[in-house]
Amino acid sequence: MARRILLTGLDTFWGGKVARALEQDPHVEMLLGMGRGHPQVPLERTEFVRADESYSLLSRIVRATEVDTIVHTFLVVDSSSMSARALHEVNVIGTMNLLAAAGASGSSVRQVVVKSSSVVYGSHPADPVWFTEDTLRSRPPRTRLERSLTEVESYVRDFAEENPEVAVTLLRFANVLGPNVDTPIRRNLERGVLPVIAGFDPLIQFVEEDDVVRVLAAAVGLRLSGVFNVAGDGRLPVSEVARIASAWCLPLPSVFTRQSVAFLVRLGLLDFPAELESLLRYGRGIDTARLKAEGLELEATSAGAVERFAQASRLRRSIGEELPGYRYEADVETFFRHSPAVVRRDPGRATGSGSAPGAPATPRP
Amino acid sequence: MVPFPSERPSSERSASHPRPGPDEARLSDVDEWGRSEHARRLARLAGRFYYRRWFRVEWEHLERIPASGGALLIANHGGAVPPDAPMIMHGIEEELGRPVYGLADNWFRTVPFGGTIWSRAGGVPAHPDNAHRLLHDQQQLVLVFPEGVKGPSKHMSERYQLRRFGRGGFVETAMRAGVPVVPIASVGAEEAMPVLYKLPVARLLKVPYFPVTVNHLVYGPLLGTVTYLPAKLRFRVLEPVRFDVEPGLARYPRGRILEEAEAIRADLQANLFDMLSKRRSVWFG
Repeated sequence: MARRILLTGLDTFWGGKVARALEQDPHVEMLLGMGRGHPQVPLERTEFVRADESYSLLSRIVRATEVDTIVHTFLVVDSSSMSARALHEVNVIGTMNLLAAAGASGSSVRQVVVKSSSVVYGSHPADPVWFTEDTLRSRPPRTRLERSLTEVESYVRDFAEENPEVAVTLLRFANVLGPNVDTPIRRNLERGVLPVIAGFDPLIQFVEEDDVVRVLAAAVGLRLSGVFNVAGDGRLPVSEVARIASAWCLPLPSVFTRQSVAFLVRLGLLDFPAELESLLRYGRGIDTARLKAEGLELEATSAGAVERFAQASRLRRSIGEELPGYRYEADVETFFRHSPAVVRRDPGRATGSGSAPGAPATPRP
Repeated sequence: MVPFPSERPSSERSASHPRPGPDEARLSDVDEWGRSEHARRLARLAGRFYYRRWFRVEWEHLERIPASGGALLIANHGGAVPPDAPMIMHGIEEELGRPVYGLADNWFRTVPFGGTIWSRAGGVPAHPDNAHRLLHDQQQLVLVFPEGVKGPSKHMSERYQLRRFGRGGFVETAMRAGVPVVPIASVGAEEAMPVLYKLPVARLLKVPYFPVTVNHLVYGPLLGTVTYLPAKLRFRVLEPVRFDVEPGLARYPRGRILEEAEAIRADLQANLFDMLSKRRSVWFG
């Protein structure tokens, strides 16, 4: 069945990656990405509209393009990447507008996929060792990121209840690590110093970045419905993460922890957002049995994700950045996609013979 | 990257999917519960000394502990820093070759260093989900003290008098997991570190209680905190209690739970009094 897909956050890391994965699928008839800035990766046939997440614009886009699937990748799960106000706007208001547009009367939308995070479970001593999708968090959310994502999820739940004909897929990903993704833990490991809290060595989980994209794409392809935890198999102590990535552990005092490193964070020598502190103190485990029951096996284990990051990082240290930066040129992209001058060899897949300049046209093995 | 799957993998293929081998990227042997065989070996080394020489532990009816399958072991709890938990764990591991996962208050997780060591040595935070996973899914032996913190924090004059067994949660956990409860009566732990007085600074220090013990008077304030009196430890395993209920239900009748918990408590109390009446000496048994 042909799918018409709207993707949010095309200009972000995840949007670009997911768009490239969805482009490969012949069942996808049309792929429209939206974003505030230009795409960061070369795309073959994804249409791009530069727009913010206001309701009037979103509902117009949904109505005009008659998309049947919305893939919401634009949720911020790193509170150090933007101000509290911007985070609230993007996560809560953006999602609210998107879901309102998707649920408008006469809407063509039949599936909504939301990329959330295991941060919604929190990290507390009273937690179980494994959270299932139905386990409630032990205490009310404390950090602004947790509050924001909890609010987002409550909108998603309401939407699923009000629109039973729409398959709503809420994916909660563990901390992501991989060759390219930029997260606070990764930035610390790149510097070779992982902050830990003295006397605590909790177990944490990771998911590899390509597995994230595969699961998001599979959620669309299989029309999964419901809440799913996504994490690599196994859990490992924080100290072992540092060992695999050949980084030093920087023990912080267990009281006044954040205050003790405030100046290092301010100087940009360390990343220590609020959500990382509780994770480094009590850890977190999410149970992925439900995802496995759907037949989805991730390629990398938790330790494997750290290992892949470590290998890519060692390689980068030796040879420098591997790819030159890609720059989006609106005119060039429009030319290759829509100009009658471009010969389209395979009309079924609608891929232009000329892909974007400098684009590696072959998908990675 | 593996391409986009548009079809669910067929069930026969996922059935023949090879079981993932040991994770090659791992550098330590810490398992999903935080337990490490390496740390257990060190704990066993220290445990052996205390088990054989210091407390000279003796068991009665050790054969009542199931050799296979899950079982919830419960025991009375005593002594300011209770030695019964590590000694029961060590004893069963040594004598039966089965690991025992000791459940303890999640307060332990908030203790720097101590909490990590406790976790590596086989301790698990007491949470119904954790207990169910260990008992039902992994068929392990789990040790829990239903009195909770009320056991070790009681004054020495109240020794061997069982406190309330919480709200009977251990019975519900065993019912849901479909495993027996095996009560263990332990004598001697109360005299290994008797509580004389509880200082009213516990809340300030965020600890459950802050005791002054006989050990502090005997060994001094520092050594007394970490050194036990050489009491004789004796454990008696009682008949396993099986519940004739369907496992896996979301909830069980509260009355039945409390009734079972009360019966187990009464039986344990009677056995404690019996063991005490036969004990000739606190130090030599």
